Amino acid sequence: MKAISVQNLTKQFGSFTAVDHITFDVEQGEIFGFLGANGAGKTTAMRMLCGLSMPTSGEATVAGFDLYKNPEKIKQSIGYMSQKFSLYEDLTIRENIRFYGGIYGLSNSEIKTKTDHLVSSLKLEDKINSLVKSLPLGWKQKLSFSVAMIHDPRIVFLDEPTGGVDPITRREFWTMIFEAAHRGTTVFVTTHYMDEAEYCNRVSIMVDGQIAALGAPLELKTKYTAKDMGEVFLQLARGAKRGDD
Amino acid sequence: MNAVEIKNIKKTFTVEKSSVTALHDISFQVKKGELFGLIGPDGAGKTTLFRILTTLMLANSGTASVDGYDVVNDYKEIRKRVGYMPGRFSLYPDLTVEENLSFFATLFNTSIEENYDLVKDIYVQIEKFKTRKAGALSGGMKQKLALSCALIHKPSVLFLDEPTTGVDAVSRREFWDLLHHLQQQKITILVSTPYMDEASLCDRVALIQDGRILDIDSPKGINNKFKHALWSARAEDMYKLLTDLKAQPEVNSCYPFGQEHHVTLKGGDENLNTIGARLNQLGHAGLKFEKISAGIEDCFMELMVNKTQDLSSKT
Repeated sequence: MKAISVQNLTKQFGSFTAVDHITFDVEQGEIFGFLGANGAGKTTAMRMLCGLSMPTSGEATVAGFDLYKNPEKIKQSIGYMSQKFSLYEDLTIRENIRFYGGIYGLSNSEIKTKTDHLVSSLKLEDKINSLVKSLPLGWKQKLSFSVAMIHDPRIVFLDEPTGGVDPITRREFWTMIFEAAHRGTTVFVTTHYMDEAEYCNRVSIMVDGQIAALGAPLELKTKYTAKDMGEVFLQLARGAKRGDD
Repeated sequence: MNAVEIKNIKKTFTVEKSSVTALHDISFQVKKGELFGLIGPDGAGKTTLFRILTTLMLANSGTASVDGYDVVNDYKEIRKRVGYMPGRFSLYPDLTVEENLSFFATLFNTSIEENYDLVKDIYVQIEKFKTRKAGALSGGMKQKLALSCALIHKPSVLFLDEPTTGVDAVSRREFWDLLHHLQQQKITILVSTPYMDEASLCDRVALIQDGRILDIDSPKGINNKFKHALWSARAEDMYKLLTDLKAQPEVNSCYPFGQEHHVTLKGGDENLNTIGARLNQLGHAGLKFEKISAGIEDCFMELMVNKTQDLSSKT
């Protein structure tokens, strides 16, 4: 079964078609990059796939559940992380884990096991009772990713997860993503770093609400005779008719 | 005379009763007309340094000058001649695009008309929204308005604090084209960014991490200083390859880089054969190594590791 399966998914706001008949599948355990310029329709598409916004038309299943019939089941089967919103800064690490574990319906003993495992794998044992706001950005991002995975979701959505950290920390973060995918979790990721697109198994590039290109990074680079994904992106996104205003 | 001179600048902050050093003894110069990049992650000290140079903050020790004027004694003179675009959008959200620009022009006793030539290329892109309130603009548009406001008094030195953070790849490219165009108008530009790939667009860069300068040079100069032979590695199972490479005693460093991993070795190139043989035994298919030249991220990571070792050996 596909982790995500989308046919002709469309979302209109009045006369504006934010997402325009997009069709694609994502395999279980795949790292799928979802790219597009600001205003291309990425966020709207992602909100639909997370069960937060009803499509105008089209079909989609996420983690095997129909978007129209079972949006609540979808929410339980996915994890979500974004740089803009993730953890509560005024709660400690332990409290954040407990909070998210509770939200996803984990039992007290499961939360305890998960907490121990999570802080030891991140080597945060001495920080467990520190407020999240006291942590360096890179640790926040890693913790936030681990917390998004606390209920062992089939799919994790990462919405621009890694801005502003040093290149070593960024790679440690991507290594965590590889591990998750290796264990079978599907990773659906948006990013403005075009070099990060190269870490994905496949990427799609949205332009004006439609999917303008979809394939493995190497395929796309060959097809567009580009030296890197940045060039592929620029070739496609420069043709965009609608801006981000 | 250099556009910017920084000598032994140190800055500490008190955070929850403990002292944090944001800048450790920083020194460098920026030449007139240069496009100079300050490159490093969040928390490296980029904003603090810009705030000291634009006279918005005092250093604990050290001296600095902009356009020959001292940042402490001649702060009024400096404020007349620099343009500053802070990282956070700081214009008036309740004023329109045009009102914001004319407000900043008036502050400096000038008018939009007088220096229109300088901002024209940027302003024409937002002029059709001139009656829109600044708070209602998109990210890319806000950035263009902020740059116009920072330029309207014809500054001789322009400070841009992370102008391209969170902006998509197309807008980033357009923004850098604008900077190169401005540079031709004899404006010295200091720009900070966490995007390493933007280093190649500067004349010279300072790489900064944890309040310390790792290196200052032209982008090419930095790349040429990379100390090790660098190899790219590929195999069918890239995740397993990463784990297995890291476990090899002859491997000095191994980092994922998109569709390949970048590897440096302890000892000579002959160790690559030893590693290759072992990886073949571990069942890696399609194993391929290729000698490559280092990019800015390779250099930044090597310098980071060296700095950390350096500092821990001193304590």
